[in-house]
Amino acid sequence: MLDQSYYNKADEIIEGYGRKAASLIPIMQDIQAEYRYLPGELLTYVAKQIGVKEAKAFSVATFYENFSFEPKGKFIIKVCDGTACHVRKSMPVKEALMKELGLTHKQHTTDDMMFTVETVSCLGACGLAPTLTVNDEVHPKMTPEKAIDLLSELRGEKV
Amino acid sequence: MSITCKEELKVHQDKVNQTIQAYGCRILVCCGTGCIASGAQKIYDEMVKLCSGMDNVKVEMQKDLPHLGELGVVKTGCQGLCELGPLMRVEPYDYQYVKVQLSDCKEIVDSTVKEGKPVERLFYKTKEGELCSHPDDIPFIGKQTRIVLENCGKIDAESIDEYIGVGGYSALAKALLDMTPEEVIDEVDKSGLRGRGGAGFPAGKKWKQVARQPEKLRYVVCNGDEGDPGAFMDGSVMEGDPYKMIEGMTIAAYAVGAQEGYIYVRAEYPLSVKRLKMAMAQAEEYGLLGDNILNTGFNFHLHINRGAGAFVCGEGSALTASIEGNRGMPRVKPPRTVEKGLWEKPTVLNNVETYANVPKIILSGAEWFRTIGTEGSPGTKTFSLTGAIENTGLVEVPMGTKLREIIYDIGGGLKSGAAFKGVQIGGPSGGCLVEEHLDAVLDFDSVKKFDAIMGSGGLVVMDENTCMVEVARFFMSFTQRESCGKCVPCREGTKRMLEILEKIVAGKGEMEDLDRLEELATMVKSMALCGLGKSAPLPVISTLKRFRDEYEEHIVQKKCRAKVCTALRQFHINAEFCKGCGKCAKNCPAGAIFGKAKHPYVINNDLCIKCGACKDNCNFDAIYVEA
Repeated sequence: MLDQSYYNKADEIIEGYGRKAASLIPIMQDIQAEYRYLPGELLTYVAKQIGVKEAKAFSVATFYENFSFEPKGKFIIKVCDGTACHVRKSMPVKEALMKELGLTHKQHTTDDMMFTVETVSCLGACGLAPTLTVNDEVHPKMTPEKAIDLLSELRGEKV
Repeated sequence: MSITCKEELKVHQDKVNQTIQAYGCRILVCCGTGCIASGAQKIYDEMVKLCSGMDNVKVEMQKDLPHLGELGVVKTGCQGLCELGPLMRVEPYDYQYVKVQLSDCKEIVDSTVKEGKPVERLFYKTKEGELCSHPDDIPFIGKQTRIVLENCGKIDAESIDEYIGVGGYSALAKALLDMTPEEVIDEVDKSGLRGRGGAGFPAGKKWKQVARQPEKLRYVVCNGDEGDPGAFMDGSVMEGDPYKMIEGMTIAAYAVGAQEGYIYVRAEYPLSVKRLKMAMAQAEEYGLLGDNILNTGFNFHLHINRGAGAFVCGEGSALTASIEGNRGMPRVKPPRTVEKGLWEKPTVLNNVETYANVPKIILSGAEWFRTIGTEGSPGTKTFSLTGAIENTGLVEVPMGTKLREIIYDIGGGLKSGAAFKGVQIGGPSGGCLVEEHLDAVLDFDSVKKFDAIMGSGGLVVMDENTCMVEVARFFMSFTQRESCGKCVPCREGTKRMLEILEKIVAGKGEMEDLDRLEELATMVKSMALCGLGKSAPLPVISTLKRFRDEYEEHIVQKKCRAKVCTALRQFHINAEFCKGCGKCAKNCPAGAIFGKAKHPYVINNDLCIKCGACKDNCNFDAIYVEA
């Protein structure tokens, strides 16, 4: 069971967009921005509140790549694998991060819930390829070594 | 405060310009996505700190210019040379500084701001060693023709006052006060403006079709879902000059009789969303958006929708479905978007760059617009130039400009002098152009003849270190992942094509695979439901046509000449450099390295799994890769 505070937050967000079907996506986006994932129970609640069938709400949520039913880490690292980054060797950067964090193609978040590593298609900073973002902050011209340094920097922040 | 007529707009414009001239010095810090990533925000903060209190950089705040700051340190949109960021311009001297570091700020203030002297070491230096003090001296910028991007990098991207200062909203005033909706549509139609989203459908024709519909409730929608990996032009326009695009949309709404509009921005562009929201609020405050615009009784309300990470939403019917709160899946057409678009109502759907072209067309006229570009594709086109190129960044050139000019004259040629191999135009839905196309005239119609599309304008340059088979696999994996799954040809076809390409890069391909690939590509191209599906095979078709020898090398000789395909690499130990430390053998997960301490080791390539662990761990650089 989710804490009551989640439902209160959801109510607040729903009020902001209005109880209509077209509000579904923006509401889900705001909930995800708040909790870094979309709790399934909360989606059921939202669907009922805005008059959308639960099945429809889940079909929409699963269609879009941005929504995740799994909780994500404190730092969400998105490695850009757009064309420009790809030809400037972005995948070795991602592999280095995954290796350092002990992640696999099935596990994207570290057990301590600190880091999530994902691939994203294009961040629009192609001039500085390869890039990655940490919680939406863009880091330019990455190399596997710089990526590892970045991790220690981020780890330093938690102390 | 609202602006209610042309005269008031003119008064406002003059006042802005007088005020701007009153600053002894203005510092324009590029705060586009690229420069912010390079640390521009910190530079901006530092300049604000250093300059506050300096009379030279200050003006008296005026009550009726609420969006013109007291301090002349402003954030602009993309100044163009993303790779050399953070960028800064200093007016009135028109100095362009590149790679500005925090430690440079004090010197800039002491020399330039206080004394008007340049800091020469921050100027751009050409390959020949020439210093460029002004933006237009830099070949990359000077050789462009900027219409859509004319204000980008020159005005405060968060101030409607500055936009009005450079003549903003006079096109809207002209349209609303001097022209009938029909005349506006006629002007756009005569200009020959074609949709910049990729397909190049004439915008005027589209507007006419919407205006003709019997249904009176209509919508204007802007496609800012720039999903092509390797393209950031629209993002730069939204960030750098959001007003222009909003003005263009408002004119479109007036022309087709719409009262409501939506901007659909992809989720990866948070800065665009922020700047658009600011711009909309300011425009509403001035009575240039919302109810009773310019006191004419015309109402237009604008909303922003953020995408949620689906490439297919760049397709018209998928985009409108997404705004409605549904899965973003294309539907069968007809009825087309102009007849039944958003909420089944007639809808004008154009992309960011198309709308951004509109104000200038209304202001300077269709005739003027037609003097730029080619007969069939008038105007300019923005490109994002990236990949293995010396100068990456944002480029705007007249339609019909040769690829050679873009890559060599503007882009400065290939990085570190590598050999040119090809350029991917139009992203995953486009194709690959090669040497023989360098001197061809580039416009909507010519590009189609080369099995590519103009697309939204991504240009990714590839050199000899890029494997074309791998590139085809990369694009196919993208389109396969992004296929919405509604129609069988795209859902299954892209999957099967990807499997074949994966097989080839893994060194397990057969010659028959090439025929199968071709057959599948033709089938998907002709049978998929939407434009994205239909264009998904283009990268395969064009690379197969132009780089068939590379495919065959992968299959027959098991060789990747670019040394990219991991499975085809061969690791060797250079006996001369090897000290026999045995570190490689210890780190080899496959047990493929043999030898005796203090004697050169050897790799057995039959056992090798090509992971590269040996190379990464060698302290003597003794391990090399052979294609």
